[in-house]
Amino acid sequence: MLKVDNLAHAYGSHHVLDGVDLTVGDGELVSVVGPSGCGKSTLLRSIAGLVRPAAGQVLINGVPVAQTPDDLAVVFQDYSRSLFPWMSAAANVALPLRRKGLSRRERRDAARAALEQVGLGGAAGKYPFEMSGGMQQRVAIARALAFRPALLLMDEPFASVDAQTREELEDLLLAVRATHNMSILLITHDIDESVYVGDRVVVLTRAPARVVQDLAVDLPFPRDQIATRELEAFVRLRAEVGKLVRGRPVDKESQ
Amino acid sequence: MKAAGRLRRFAGRFWLVVLVVLLWEAGARAAGKIDFPAPSLIVARMRELWLSGPPSRLFLSDDTLSELLPGLGRMFTGWLLASLLGVVAGVALGRSAVASHYVEPLLHFGRAIPPPLLITPFVLVFRSSTQTQLAVIVFGVIWPVLLNAMEGARSVDRGYLDTAAVFGLRRHERLLRVVLPAAAPKIFAGLRLSLSLALILMVISELVGSDGIGYQLLVAQRNFDSPGVWGTILLLGVLGYALNSLFVVVERHVPGTRRSGPGRPETGGVT
Repeated sequence: MLKVDNLAHAYGSHHVLDGVDLTVGDGELVSVVGPSGCGKSTLLRSIAGLVRPAAGQVLINGVPVAQTPDDLAVVFQDYSRSLFPWMSAAANVALPLRRKGLSRRERRDAARAALEQVGLGGAAGKYPFEMSGGMQQRVAIARALAFRPALLLMDEPFASVDAQTREELEDLLLAVRATHNMSILLITHDIDESVYVGDRVVVLTRAPARVVQDLAVDLPFPRDQIATRELEAFVRLRAEVGKLVRGRPVDKESQ
Repeated sequence: MKAAGRLRRFAGRFWLVVLVVLLWEAGARAAGKIDFPAPSLIVARMRELWLSGPPSRLFLSDDTLSELLPGLGRMFTGWLLASLLGVVAGVALGRSAVASHYVEPLLHFGRAIPPPLLITPFVLVFRSSTQTQLAVIVFGVIWPVLLNAMEGARSVDRGYLDTAAVFGLRRHERLLRVVLPAAAPKIFAGLRLSLSLALILMVISELVGSDGIGYQLLVAQRNFDSPGVWGTILLLGVLGYALNSLFVVVERHVPGTRRSGPGRPETGGVT
């Protein structure tokens, strides 16, 4: 589905990505985790076609990405800058559907259905400023779902909400993922989260980022905030990812 | 119940206005100077000048119909024209870094010219007094709109534009549904500034013409009609206040400007 091939990028003389390789299979949910400021967002922006990488390429179903691919949706970290505050929740969700050639009625129905799915059936007419952060991020997720993308990118989607809301949203993600056939790339700095929601965890080094490890997460579904996190396999994986994120091989220091 | 509450709020806010008028009245009477008439005298003269017509015309006098209203008409025409031009040009320039890089010095030059000075060359160019007045208003009030629209369109949050790009909004959708609403608070700040500027320029352009309330003011002064002079000034103040209040009400009802609670939308901008 998605193949990132030797991707490199620099802002001026600041190298952020240094040959990143990763893949996301059909219907797979891959977490990308790495230390803060390691270039995770640049990686996502390159995949979304918002940044033109200096070297390497991004392939979606074998086709190189030159601009934003059609079948792609993004949930950004900062919902306050990604939801349009001058539109109601329903209007925000329905806006991207215009280019899909749907009638006004179809757009409205699709928006309502998507809001329903994220548990905001009653908030269609609300404006972002009338909603909590968690609700706003739900609207952003609903917008992505209504778009029915083949690939969903999520850039630290739960980093701006409180811990309890974060757990709710993680479970929401797992639930909608079970009903939609899409591949998901989730970027996060939260080690627990990367393991809890992922089928695989890709660990990046500090900037300039490279992939240090690509770990399969073979935890059973459905996952549960308490039970899954108590599993020995979860604890072991979390520790391993944690070590990889913090640790940095000495030989790379000199580069 | 509700009306009583509203009346109380009104009284709570405007008692100072009433007090100032009363002090003015008392002071003017005590001074007893003919050039410093009491407000009661001024208001009586204002009624005579502008509201002495027949009831069938809503009491509007001949002067109101032939001087005041055409002047306001020119003011609105000029303001609307300038607003249209200013928003279109400002948004276009704001979205184009290259164009604004070259054009901006010209804009700041144009803005720096005091508009009243342009009356002289415009009279030579246009000959007709109406056209001159319109041109002065348009040229004078376009700058706040243009510069604010430009600033608003330029500073659209990156997050909004990324979202529009990612979800593949087409150019016109991005302009109408993202850029314009995002720039709306600044655009409205500019429109509001230019509206009050338009009133000022209307009067100034009429001071050199032969019609309008500006001209009436001159006539009153030449006839030593001091309540008439003061009345004209008072009328302009009332008009300016009313226009601004009207604008705020209209702004609040424009769809898409709702974004930060039930109160006033965020404002602010460059002048």
